Amino acid sequence: MSALPSARQLYRALTPARLKRTVQLGFKSLWVHRLRSLLTVLGIVFGVCSVIAMLAVGEGASYEAQEQIRRLGSTNIILQSLKPLEDESISREQSHVLEYGLTYKDMTRIAASIPGIRLMMPGRIIQTFVWNGPYRVDAEIMGTLPFFPEIRGLRLASGRFFSDIETETAANVCILGAAAAERLFPIDAPVGRSVRIGSDYYRVVGVIEAESAASMGGATASGNGAGDARQAVARPRVYIPLGAAKARFGEVLMKRSAGSFEAERVQLHEATVQVASVEDVEETARIIGDILRETHKKRDYAVIVPLELLRQAEQTKRIFNVVLGAIAAISLLVGGIGIMNIMLASVTERTREIGIRRALGARKRDITVQFLVETVILSGAGGIIGVALGVVIPFLITVFAGMQTIITPWAPLVAFSISGLVGVVFGIYPARRAANMDPVEALRHE
Amino acid sequence: MSDAPLAALRDVRKTYFMGAVQVDALRGVDIAFHRGEYVSIMGPSGCGKSTLLNVLGCLDRPSAGAYFLDGEDVAGLTDDDLSEIRGGRLGFVFQSYNLIQQLSVLENIVVPLYYQGVSERRAHAIGAELAERVGLSDRLRHRPFELSGGQQQRVAIARALVNDPLLILADEPTGNLDSKSGAEIMQLFDDLHGQGKTIIMVTHDASIGARSDRTVRLRDGVVEEDTRNERVA
Repeated sequence: MSALPSARQLYRALTPARLKRTVQLGFKSLWVHRLRSLLTVLGIVFGVCSVIAMLAVGEGASYEAQEQIRRLGSTNIILQSLKPLEDESISREQSHVLEYGLTYKDMTRIAASIPGIRLMMPGRIIQTFVWNGPYRVDAEIMGTLPFFPEIRGLRLASGRFFSDIETETAANVCILGAAAAERLFPIDAPVGRSVRIGSDYYRVVGVIEAESAASMGGATASGNGAGDARQAVARPRVYIPLGAAKARFGEVLMKRSAGSFEAERVQLHEATVQVASVEDVEETARIIGDILRETHKKRDYAVIVPLELLRQAEQTKRIFNVVLGAIAAISLLVGGIGIMNIMLASVTERTREIGIRRALGARKRDITVQFLVETVILSGAGGIIGVALGVVIPFLITVFAGMQTIITPWAPLVAFSISGLVGVVFGIYPARRAANMDPVEALRHE
Repeated sequence: MSDAPLAALRDVRKTYFMGAVQVDALRGVDIAFHRGEYVSIMGPSGCGKSTLLNVLGCLDRPSAGAYFLDGEDVAGLTDDDLSEIRGGRLGFVFQSYNLIQQLSVLENIVVPLYYQGVSERRAHAIGAELAERVGLSDRLRHRPFELSGGQQQRVAIARALVNDPLLILADEPTGNLDSKSGAEIMQLFDDLHGQGKTIIMVTHDASIGARSDRTVRLRDGVVEEDTRNERVA
């Protein structure tokens, strides 16, 4: 019993066993004021939960958009025919043939003017029924060229696409989209069989592999010959050689509506221009725009640059993320302030306890750790509950609202660590305040 | 018993401020306590009894003078060192028990051991033994508010003994108790003294003071009288 103090100072502040007991003590102290602890935690819960949920919804939406765009191809420029905004008076009163859209001449002119173009693929779209015996499907017939699948990133599930010769000779062959194949041939394999489109029979030579629903609903689906270029609902597709489409269906489409009838003449519904490299895309698109502007009096076409759309989508996502980050920071800040407020109240309320503990040998550090652990438990529990809700809510959104949501693995992780960090940052001040109390004063406190 | 005093104060002064008012609580106290002694400190309110006890308990530092505890000058020690002394060598018994409400009896008893880094299992073994010694073995899981005042004070005494202290400091331990409970508590202190513990007790009650070996009377921050008592019992 000689050398008095510092002899037993080797006891470590935070062995796992000590920490475990401090955490247990923290739970016990928080449990005394269950309701208060719960309410304190809500700020963090909502902060963390909303961050994860919003991020998941945003990520899902932007993924969907980007997937659609990507499928159009980053070196592609897509030209579409648009029905010009009509003068109601003219079109309603007299029936006439409305002529608009991209022409074969446009294609020739573009091909002649721009040397960098690698491929140019015109397409016609006809809306009609396709039959196989009793099976019928309301499909989009796409008249196009042999390299369509290559450009649009489609893969064949079976068979082949049509050849150059078949295109030139306007052969009666067709390739079925996955949806069309499924409905026309529910039992047997379609390749080698025939289907009726309009009044002619076409031999099925191939079937396109099923795409995700998201990309099918997208940008390449043109409306029923009229101007609404993009249509939300994907129709089953059937591909035939461009020549066949031209020869069998002509260029005029009839449409009956409320007493009068309209006819529209459209040569090409869409065309895909592919350039050699990504760098050329924007410049080429600009030149194509100039060429089309010269010859078209009305704005009856659209130039869509998937790459540009992709960039815009990414830009939008960046902005969205910044806004989200700001909201997250603010809500966690508010949550943290709430926790600090309660901890300060708790420290004052437990002044006596602090005095007792100090008298019984607690060092300042021990008191600091005790209160810090309590704050971290609060914010950590808030973080866990928030992560749980934040994972469940996007799932519910997907199930009930049909929106795609994606929870990136780092989102809950980051949100949770930030909530823990909030606990430490906002816990330090109350904990220090508790530790720095004068033991004598604290013991006298009522 | 060794000749060197266990605790010795040399001209200890303590001045503090209550707002703007300067209070000279201790004005030069010279006093020594030896091992095994049972000392009562008496005096009117405001005479500096509590301040003296706080200084002896290393809860407060003297403004001037020296305090030697077990031969070492306390003045040069850090706050952590003082915590270490309080937790490792001193035992406190307060007038208002000062138990921690959210902890059970057993947990309250072992709080000092927790800060000494004693393992939970060992601490609980020691705590349970002490609870038995103060007659509370059947109350280990109870919370303080479920106990009577006398029982609470017995928990506090068990807690003061848990680290096998050099010195037990008691501040009016029977002040909040009825006479029967108070007598039981005093019996406990007598027993501890009989086992060789060193006890310094602040009290108002002359009959309690009379049970101790020695009575120190303070007045206006100085020792007025220091007398040895004939053993009553």
